[in-house]
Amino acid sequence: MAVHQPLPDLPPPPSERGLWGWFRQNLFSTWYNSIASLVVGYLLIIWLGPVINWALISAVWTGEGTDDCRPGAACWIFIQQRLGFFLYGFYPAELRWRPNIVFVLFLITVVPQFFPRAPGRKWLALFGITGLPVLGFVLINGGFFGLDPVATSRWGGLMLTLILAYVGIIAALPIGVVLALGRRSEMPVIRGICVTFIEFWRAVPLITILFMASVMLPLFLPQGVSFDKLLRALIGITLFQSAYMAEVVRGGLQAIPKGQYEAAQALGFGYWRSMRLIILPQALKIVIPGIANTVISLFKDTTLVLIIGLFDLLGAVRSTLSDPAWRSVAAEGYLFVALCFWIFCFGMSRYSHNLEKKLDTGHKT
Amino acid sequence: MKKTLASISLATAGLLTLGMQAQAATLEDVQSAGELRCGVSTGLPGFSQPDSDGTWRGIDVDTCRAVAAAVLGNADAVEFVPLTAAERFTALQSGEIDMLSRNTTWTTVRDASLGLNFTGTNYYDGQGFLVKSELGVDSATQLDGASVCIQAGTTTELNLADYFRANGMEYEAIVFDTSEQSVSGFDNNRCDILTSDTSQLAALRTQLSDPSSAVVLPEIISKEPLGPVVRQGDDEWFNVVKWVLFLQINAEEYGVSMDNVDDMLSSDNPNVQRIVGTAGDMGDLLNLPADFGYQVISQVGNYGEMFERNVGPDTPIGLSRGVNALWTDGGILYAPPVR
Repeated sequence: MAVHQPLPDLPPPPSERGLWGWFRQNLFSTWYNSIASLVVGYLLIIWLGPVINWALISAVWTGEGTDDCRPGAACWIFIQQRLGFFLYGFYPAELRWRPNIVFVLFLITVVPQFFPRAPGRKWLALFGITGLPVLGFVLINGGFFGLDPVATSRWGGLMLTLILAYVGIIAALPIGVVLALGRRSEMPVIRGICVTFIEFWRAVPLITILFMASVMLPLFLPQGVSFDKLLRALIGITLFQSAYMAEVVRGGLQAIPKGQYEAAQALGFGYWRSMRLIILPQALKIVIPGIANTVISLFKDTTLVLIIGLFDLLGAVRSTLSDPAWRSVAAEGYLFVALCFWIFCFGMSRYSHNLEKKLDTGHKT
Repeated sequence: MKKTLASISLATAGLLTLGMQAQAATLEDVQSAGELRCGVSTGLPGFSQPDSDGTWRGIDVDTCRAVAAAVLGNADAVEFVPLTAAERFTALQSGEIDMLSRNTTWTTVRDASLGLNFTGTNYYDGQGFLVKSELGVDSATQLDGASVCIQAGTTTELNLADYFRANGMEYEAIVFDTSEQSVSGFDNNRCDILTSDTSQLAALRTQLSDPSSAVVLPEIISKEPLGPVVRQGDDEWFNVVKWVLFLQINAEEYGVSMDNVDDMLSSDNPNVQRIVGTAGDMGDLLNLPADFGYQVISQVGNYGEMFERNVGPDTPIGLSRGVNALWTDGGILYAPPVR
């Protein structure tokens, strides 16, 4: 019996294949695209060339001090020699194993979150939001179990940035969810409180809040009573970000069709059970991009603490830029800060993408 | 378990520092805490800046260390609290720090209205000009019509306006946010002159791509006596901070230094004996240990050593003593006698 056997597909014509095909399709599909590509390409070559040359090819990587640096070339010795300060601030060098342990634990809890099949992922996440902050505080601050106490004024650098961001994120998200639920509550008092809180914190710039916390608050406290400066900044950042988080979550709550609420009621669920089991899981899933956005902006906003004299990564770098022992190293310093921030922010962005894909249940039309 | 709970609550209380402290007895507070909390600048070359190990260095930092050496016998028993210009007085008023040593200019308004006392002057500064050498200017009176790079929101801006108005000259201000930015503006020919405190001009000059392209003019257009500050109403502590600096200046005058302080313990000169504490009861009168002078000089040094180490000609800041020389060397540094 003769079976109809179609011939195998011909390969696409050479003009549509490989590198050339990609170029044709993406860069030179029309005459105006071609012109734009050529102009941008030319600009990239004349700009990127010198930058790469400055930052990598002719850059100085090894040496003792400013005398080994050349004009017109990046001087990475500066970053190398100050790395300890940029990462830990004034944290005593012999005690840096303590924040290191916390950082390793942080990686152990966070990295598996990128791999859906990692064992014990959920338990690690739970540890990350409960045990890790407590353990981190005990280890970094000291004062327990015979660990030498290290005053918060000695915390700094990337370590401080991560602490501010981490505590801010894991505190702001639950507060934000509660505020969002409160704002949609049918009880006028609760709704009133939540609306006032959200609108107050959203209407004030973060700089103002930090400034008030650091300059005004101590004046209102009785003489001799003082609050730790880092704690004040942390509370300020958390309250500020939880207001933003609340509005993001509210967006998700409003996107859930009324039928879902009614279905939950029909099943005989009370308020908390229907929220926990039906509404919030769906609402939070919808607003993952919004939450990631807020989290990333929180991470970057932590640099504002430098105006109240806390040495976060940017503050630590800035304070050493004017060091007369070095010729101008501002470009290297800021580039280093930018790179650190990019790594963390890009990581968060990838994680949120991952999460979106994993939780996608195909309800989109 | 109970013990752990107790230590947790104790540590929490420590973090909040909600324990009331009697404001009037800073000296006792420092002694019982075993640590001096000293407010410093967040980064000013030669005055207070973290070095590559994260150790604070500078003349303001050494002023704190000298007080700690006198009170606690250990110059390293200092918790440095970096403060911005806006925060510094609040931190002192609210008791967050015990003393402020943050290149703060002694003025009438600050002394009289903020509830603070200036204990002395550890550096006599003044505002000066850095000029492109190609302009061929050798005096600030020739600067009519010049464009000036300055930092926003400082007294520098006001002094500049006063000076040009008083001399009937015009200028164009180009305002930057930080000193690095104003230096790079000056370097890129955005302005003809850069103005700042003279203590900073030499350091800023080293940051230029070609330091020989600019010169510092001789004129100083303002008085900026910088010194440590304490809270008003605690005379005992005020005396301690004041006399530690006076003692360092006296030590330089009588040639007592870090190197020879041990030999000076057996000196016959009564002035030296009172400084190192082998005669007189200065320690007692100030409620300090009898050897507080010895501790200050052996751990931090006399004023001259403090100056040379942090801002002197052998440092990148490269300042000469100028008016900060002793009165016996033609300067204006004159401390009351230790007796």
